[in-house]
Amino acid sequence: MTATSRPARNIWKNRRTIEAIAIVAIALFVAFAMPLLLSEFRLKLLGRFLSFAIVALGIDLIWGYTGMLSLGHGIFFALGGYALAMHANLQLPEGQMPEFFTLYGVDALPAFWKPFVSFPFTAIAIFTIPAIVAGFLGYLIFRNRIRGVYFSILTQAALIVFFNFFNGQQELINGTNGLKTDTEMMFGVLMSSPEAQMVFFRVSVLLLVVGYVLCRWLTSGRFGRLLVAIRDDESRVRFSGYDPTGFKVLVFAISGALAGIGGALYTAQSGIITPSAMEVATSIEMVIWVAVGGRATLVGAIVGTLIVSYARTFLSEEFPAVWLFFQGALFLLVVTSLPDGLVGLWRDTVWPWVQARLGLTPQVAFPGMTDPGVELEKQEIESNK
Amino acid sequence: MFSTIVWRTHRLLLSNVERPRRFAAIVALSPDIPLNPYSFVSKILEIENLTVSFDGFKALNNLTFSMEPGELRTIIGPNGAGKTTFLDIITGKVQPTEGTVKFKGKSLAKKSEHAIAQLGIGRKFQTPRVYLNLTPRENLELSCNRTKNVIGSLFRKQSSGERRTIAGLLETIGLVAKADIQAGLLSHGEKQWLEIGMLVAQSPDLLLVDEPVAGLTDEETFQTAELLNSLAQSHSIIVIEHDMEFVREIARQVTVLHQGSVLCEGDMDSVQSDPRVIEVYLGQSEDEAA
Ligand SMILES: Nc1ncnc2c1ncn2[C@@H]1O[C@H](COP(=O)(O)OP(=O)(O)O)[C@@H](O)[C@H]1O
Ligand SMILES: [Mg+2]
Repeated sequence: MTATSRPARNIWKNRRTIEAIAIVAIALFVAFAMPLLLSEFRLKLLGRFLSFAIVALGIDLIWGYTGMLSLGHGIFFALGGYALAMHANLQLPEGQMPEFFTLYGVDALPAFWKPFVSFPFTAIAIFTIPAIVAGFLGYLIFRNRIRGVYFSILTQAALIVFFNFFNGQQELINGTNGLKTDTEMMFGVLMSSPEAQMVFFRVSVLLLVVGYVLCRWLTSGRFGRLLVAIRDDESRVRFSGYDPTGFKVLVFAISGALAGIGGALYTAQSGIITPSAMEVATSIEMVIWVAVGGRATLVGAIVGTLIVSYARTFLSEEFPAVWLFFQGALFLLVVTSLPDGLVGLWRDTVWPWVQARLGLTPQVAFPGMTDPGVELEKQEIESNK
Repeated sequence: MFSTIVWRTHRLLLSNVERPRRFAAIVALSPDIPLNPYSFVSKILEIENLTVSFDGFKALNNLTFSMEPGELRTIIGPNGAGKTTFLDIITGKVQPTEGTVKFKGKSLAKKSEHAIAQLGIGRKFQTPRVYLNLTPRENLELSCNRTKNVIGSLFRKQSSGERRTIAGLLETIGLVAKADIQAGLLSHGEKQWLEIGMLVAQSPDLLLVDEPVAGLTDEETFQTAELLNSLAQSHSIIVIEHDMEFVREIARQVTVLHQGSVLCEGDMDSVQSDPRVIEVYLGQSEDEAA
């Protein structure tokens, strides 16, 4: 037994090493070479897309691996964004308040704003608040064994509630106008300055790597296999003695936390966060990123996000009217003909074809594996000759 | 009183560390060593006046049933007799409308499926339900794992005992060569066996097996009978089956269900010659009477 398992483990270790090296190399390239290759405007765009990719990782975790389609990730995205924006808006001389408050005649800072003065608090709040909201929402839903399309509808309903609440609360968070960050300071630096933007860009790269590694760890071990089991047959999991509720709550909370981090980084690089981040279409677009890239592959989530986001930018620059049509068509195309997304297309069709063309022996997966049914049929065909 | 104390001690002896090894042993057990750890406990399963109605239709009707520890019981009955519903009740999938279910003296009322599974009841479904996107080895690991909470699943490493148990089980169910391919690629019979393996890996005291040989070849049916017979050395088992040939292979005590109630109970010969049973089965179509 040890004789067979040891080489296998070595290969595993090697693969891990190769993967780690690849990640570090790509991350370093993006963080240090891209700023030289891209204009300031394009770099900012890439930074925003990388923060989207962090959100996509979270959606892949809950949807791709655990089988629950959330249409409410805009909530968590916005919560992260608002947390950062509140911190930025509070970097004022003693005794002053963010300007918009005076417009609505508010003369004392609302209590929930106060802790956001502190950067450490904000940094933790960016992922903790979305995680708590997601965990709580998830607990209510999963404990009652609400699944499938009902889960999706409930998350969308929650999204609409949050959207309306943020829109309506002028006195608390500036309502529809949202909170601007580009004219604010952080650590004494103007947030829209090239220096600050470069920091945000690199932090986005770094946190995308951290998010990837976290998701990789979660999905590769025993825990990850359980998520797949829950996705494929949740009630069977119960009969094996597991209570799926805790697992689903944790995954939903982590997924929310990742969306919060993405939201904060996006806000820093776009200069503003408004309730429109919680529009229904925005959350659906997040799902499309993952669908296009390929569910249940983490690389797919990242690649899908970048492709869809760049397509969006390109199309809305060239033909402003068509993006929404294109988005709908893309979703239909992927759902109907590419259920495993681009990564699936590559893995199952393109790569084997390339291998065959190059004369590389396509790996015979399991030599010596015989299917009794096939064997039987073979015998029958033989005897009929 | 005395029996509870003995029972506790016994549970202690078979504590978590010991259990996987116990199963590794079972797999290799020769059939002539009787090993029945439960012989001093009375009634592993006790069901009284159980009624289940679905919108007024009584799938189970005032059913009373009990089973000794270590027993291998076969339940037969025509389609729609309520056999699967009976297992649904024991495993907590369906709540009884009336009546009580006790497992090792403890009531199972209002317990959820996972809590019942943790008490030591394992179930194999009528159509094989294995995780198609996981490999047979991973399927077994998932069932074998003793710490079923979130933290344990995240941080606990698999013990070498568990690994050995799984290797042994893979051998028993004949899936060593296919241990690391997706379970979705297995044949129907292999899936049936994998699910039986998962059941054993879970290390339950009571195994509920719903139609294990449906769709299997004669050879596979025979092997399944052997497997269940060897498992019966150390477990209490309820097997539900249509295939009379198979039932004859394994049956000691047979319970006949009909329209949600127990029609009769006894050994195979007496049940087969019971006029009521003959009538129920002759009233059915040809293939079911077979
Ligand atoms: N969830 C349910 N709702 C309504 N009727 C059900 C349900 N489950 C089972 N039944 C009915 O109960 C009867 C017994 O079913 P079942 O236990 O599956 O029979 P068996 O396994 O003996 O073939 C059948 O008539 C079936 O239609
Ligand atoms: Mg049935």
